[in-house]
Amino acid sequence: MTDDGPQIAGAGEPGLSRRDLLRRGAAAVGGTAAFAAALRPLAALERGEIPTLGEFLQKHYLEMSPIELQAALDRIAERVRARYGVAAEVFDARPREGVEFVYGLDLSRCIGCRKCVHACVEENNLSRTPEIQYIRVLEMPRGTLDVARGDHHYDPPAVPDRDHYYLPIQCHQCADPPCVEVCPVHATWQEADGITVVDYDWCIGCRYCEAACPYWARRFTFVAPGIPADRLNPRMAYLSNRPRPRGVVEKCTFCLHRVRRGELPACLEVCPVGARKFGNVLDPESEVGALLRTKRIFVLKEEAGTLPRFFYYLDERYPREPLPPPPPHTPVADGAEAPEESREGQ
Amino acid sequence: MKEYLRFLGRSLRIGIAGDWRYHLWMTLLAAVALAGLNAYAKQLVHGLATTGMTDQVSWGLYIANFVFAEGIATALAIVVIVAYVYRRHELQDLVIFAEILAVAALLVCLAFVVVDLGRPDRFLHLLQESNFPNSLLAWDVIVLNGFLLLNLHLCGYPIYCAYRRRRPSRWFYVPFFFVVIVWAVSTQTVSAFLFVGLGSRPFWNTAILAPRFLAAAFAGGPAVLIPILWVLDRFAGHRVPRPAFATLRGIVAVAAIVHLFLLACEVFVAFYTGSAHGSSTRYLYLGLHGHDALVPWIRTAIVLSGLGLLGLLLPLAQRPLGRNLACLLLVAGLWIEKGMGFVVPAFVPSPLGEIVEYTPTVNEIVVCLGIWAAGALVYSIFVRVTIPVLSGRLTFDRPYDPNRPSALPAPAGSSGASREG
Repeated sequence: MTDDGPQIAGAGEPGLSRRDLLRRGAAAVGGTAAFAAALRPLAALERGEIPTLGEFLQKHYLEMSPIELQAALDRIAERVRARYGVAAEVFDARPREGVEFVYGLDLSRCIGCRKCVHACVEENNLSRTPEIQYIRVLEMPRGTLDVARGDHHYDPPAVPDRDHYYLPIQCHQCADPPCVEVCPVHATWQEADGITVVDYDWCIGCRYCEAACPYWARRFTFVAPGIPADRLNPRMAYLSNRPRPRGVVEKCTFCLHRVRRGELPACLEVCPVGARKFGNVLDPESEVGALLRTKRIFVLKEEAGTLPRFFYYLDERYPREPLPPPPPHTPVADGAEAPEESREGQ
Repeated sequence: MKEYLRFLGRSLRIGIAGDWRYHLWMTLLAAVALAGLNAYAKQLVHGLATTGMTDQVSWGLYIANFVFAEGIATALAIVVIVAYVYRRHELQDLVIFAEILAVAALLVCLAFVVVDLGRPDRFLHLLQESNFPNSLLAWDVIVLNGFLLLNLHLCGYPIYCAYRRRRPSRWFYVPFFFVVIVWAVSTQTVSAFLFVGLGSRPFWNTAILAPRFLAAAFAGGPAVLIPILWVLDRFAGHRVPRPAFATLRGIVAVAAIVHLFLLACEVFVAFYTGSAHGSSTRYLYLGLHGHDALVPWIRTAIVLSGLGLLGLLLPLAQRPLGRNLACLLLVAGLWIEKGMGFVVPAFVPSPLGEIVEYTPTVNEIVVCLGIWAAGALVYSIFVRVTIPVLSGRLTFDRPYDPNRPSALPAPAGSSGASREG
């Protein structure tokens, strides 16, 4: 534009000619049409994807009154009915007094069968298309704790493989969780029993927590979770396994809808070798308490400083099948640029 | 108040009027912005799956552009410092264009935050339940919006005063310059801390990051400003004193050297120690276990930055063409380095050592281009209004007269259109 060219004298100021008026009218109509055309894809939004007024105005989980919470639970049940045709029991499970949950995993027993992974998917109504899984099992070469050397996608004809051990990783329910600290809207927090939860109806989907987690325990619903209606677990809690909306972060909750009702996590129940132990560490009789007192335990990436409530241990009663003696002059570790053992991955 | 609304109305009308070059430029920008809007509408319908992001690489082009746009806005600080603290008078009349640039860049910045959200419909939760001061993202929202308001005042106030033919009150104006210096530096620092604070990402977890951000911002922002000012001088009839270009060029060159030095320090630490903490750096520069999607990007960035810096240091840069070209090369280099070269590698390998590479999708790229085009559109309109007001051709008491002699020193060129790139 010019502010001093004679050719546009009067532009932008009163005194329009009819020609100017027509041109401007055409430009305005064209502009509006282009704008509408640009927004056209929005017409494909399904009804269920647009938040209702009640959903839009819904408060933060911790700030809802019992009546408001019940209304929210009813809305969720209604959504489930509309989408899956399933009458779901949607409930709110609160932490119990004097309970702090801790999870232990016996590396000498784990055979890497990934049954826990799939039990978790079934129990927690995780998306099948695309696949979302909370538990990642790494196939680790013997002699290292460096996750960077683990194989995420191992697919042998049979497990366990003699040259490897298996390292299942899921949310460690840290006592000092970086994911909670970074959330800009308090959509994720640590509950009294140590479980870190997400209010899926409050999360804005910035994925800062996903970047903050040293255990890669969080997942984001890039699309609306795809769950076959006949596989839906109808017993669902607000803070755990209800079907997640699109565009939010989710994570393992130690199956809080089960464990807060005195049951065990699904991953534990399915484990065929009993490698998984779970319980209330504040209970002097608990198995996890005994393990912590008697076993040689460790936590993964202790240097991250997040104080995990998920520990690993090796049980001397289950020695590994010994490796054959190595041929002379064969390096034990494979991988050309593998750094010193047990450094943090990346 | 009524007068102010009238001012806004008149500004808007002037903002959309101009000669064919202005119209062509604005139509182009509008078309790209609408294409971006269209792509974003698709993203709203289908979710962030329309991007190349994954659970492994959970931030991509959007956050990268966010960081870069914020750097452009931050550059205002260095221009104000040089103009007012060091009293370089040739820059003082031009500070306003840096302020408007900061406004546009901050709008771009906020737009990139919004498009990155999985649930933009819950944007208000940022105000309702802000996790301040724990979350650096909550800090960022505050400092960005504060910076935006501050800038709107700093450029809006003198413009409106000129429109009303009043002298700006010093007390209502000058102190804000000093506030904005601190604020701009703080904004960039907060953004750096947003990344630095993540212990799980060794690639970002380095104290040198905030200084690096500032150096890149002080190089990149003025490097954007130089070609813009040239266009204003050449086509919009706003005379830019020649020494201003030399001063800005000096700022860019020094900042770019500092930036490259800091980058070299990081590379040294990552490679010489050889620890696993350097995996991301290794992935970025050399590739890791056969995965090397980012290697061409970073090498291009280094070559472009190097060429741009070299061009600015050579006598070539005394000529407008050489100077503008060098600046654009440098900006492109910085953009890649700060974007693809800074955000993405931190996610590769993942905290569990998995290597998943990131490639932006077309839809994602179109959204980004659309946001930048919208930013340029806003900037063009602001500048289009600013120039006649500051030159006294558009005042409250008289109709707009583009032929009235300018109150400012006579333009160097004869006439032309205001475009900027």
